Amino acid sequence: MKKRPGLSSMLAIYRRELLSYLTTPTAYVFVAVFLFSIGLFTFQIPPSFFDARAADLSGFFGYHPWIFMVFLPAIAMRMWAEETRSGALELLLTLPAPTWSLVLGKYLAAWTVAAVALLMTIPLWITVNVLGSPDNAAIFTAYLASLLMAGAYIAIGSVMSALTPAQIVAFVLAVLVSFLVTVLGLPLVLDFFSGVIGGGLAEAIARFSILHHFDAAQRGVVEFRSVFYFASLIALCLGFTVLAVDARRGG
Amino acid sequence: MLLQVDGLRKTFGRRVAVDGIGFVLDVGEIVGFLGPNGAGKTTTMRMIAGYLEPDEGVAKIFNIDVTRERGRAQERIGYLPEGAPLYGEMTPWSFLRFVAEARGMTREAARHAVRRAAQDARLGDSIDRPIETLSKGYRRRVGFAAALLHDPMLLILDEPTDGLDPNQRHAVRDLIRKLGEERGLIISTHSLEEVEAVCTRAIVIDQGRIVADKTPQALIDEHGTLERAFTALTRGEERA
Repeated sequence: MKKRPGLSSMLAIYRRELLSYLTTPTAYVFVAVFLFSIGLFTFQIPPSFFDARAADLSGFFGYHPWIFMVFLPAIAMRMWAEETRSGALELLLTLPAPTWSLVLGKYLAAWTVAAVALLMTIPLWITVNVLGSPDNAAIFTAYLASLLMAGAYIAIGSVMSALTPAQIVAFVLAVLVSFLVTVLGLPLVLDFFSGVIGGGLAEAIARFSILHHFDAAQRGVVEFRSVFYFASLIALCLGFTVLAVDARRGG
Repeated sequence: MLLQVDGLRKTFGRRVAVDGIGFVLDVGEIVGFLGPNGAGKTTTMRMIAGYLEPDEGVAKIFNIDVTRERGRAQERIGYLPEGAPLYGEMTPWSFLRFVAEARGMTREAARHAVRRAAQDARLGDSIDRPIETLSKGYRRRVGFAAALLHDPMLLILDEPTDGLDPNQRHAVRDLIRKLGEERGLIISTHSLEEVEAVCTRAIVIDQGRIVADKTPQALIDEHGTLERAFTALTRGEERA
């Protein structure tokens, strides 16, 4: 009668969450807004896609961190905040399901929505192939890196959503933290930090920035340390989410 | 012994919500938690159901400690939270399927369990309509069905008849009596009439402590009516 308890709970939660994204307008609106903004940035902001006259998608991928840091916290904000507000958290936490299975099920559902949004940009990839001869392996790598990066932003959103019952507060906190983790690698921020804490330390901090790790990947270079960085960031944030959800049991 | 509760204590900040509650429950007993709002009934139920962790004390189901082996204990508990929070966009059928599968049942077992629980909770024809379009009474019955899905030995029902019309209340009471024959039940209610109608025991809680633990009849014999017993034991104080 029983399957493996944690795994089956995770799958049940995953399916429910995905269904909830599909049956409410929120996910559709966000995916539409994402596609509209990525299109706008890629085609309208100079040097635009056509002006660049190069058969690659570097311009397109370059905007991903900036759009993700707003778009993905919006997808993730309801994850736990809504459960707490509606009282459904009580239902979930009285199921014989380990907390990690609840956290992972919800997280994977949100990540799936992000993956679908990314998949919907594939026509752009096709267009580049029609117009020229791009390095498709590099583009494929950049897509995978972008998906991994999206996972990191959703994981940040997951922690923030577990910390407060107010979705909007979760959203603002997640955008703020995502912004900080992203811009640590910008030369402007790096210069500022170098002046305050010294060049060596600022350089070290910059290595923890999302931009730093996405930069090589978006050019099609797979670096193990970047994969490790994103995987660690996701694991760390989900670990904190488990702690934050479990802390609710303390009242 | 089905349930053993010993010295449960829970504080929220400086407020002591539950202050050393202890009792035992055997199969075949239906215990009614009585007490004014804020007395600690819901907090006690939440601790037994494994939703809240006690600051002190233990709750054991068939000798399984709810805090230490929460998952194993929760497999044996059916819990209907106060207000029966549900997912409004789901239908009762999909919601119950979700709960069954999240409890670790296979799809086939889940289908059987949902059919049986839906029948027991008398969900009838509206099982395919979105929950948010259903009446409060119907939604409570969906919550009731979710608590029954895995055929638990211990049922904890926080105000199970709240929001039901007299006919539905009557039906739920019949079901509670039937379920109580082979299980242990804890129900919290503000309806003294309900305690008299279905409970084999009444535990009166006031300011986080048990002030009486007797059969409803013993309380009536002592005070004349259950209402008088309630007023005398809880001093009829209004709390914020």
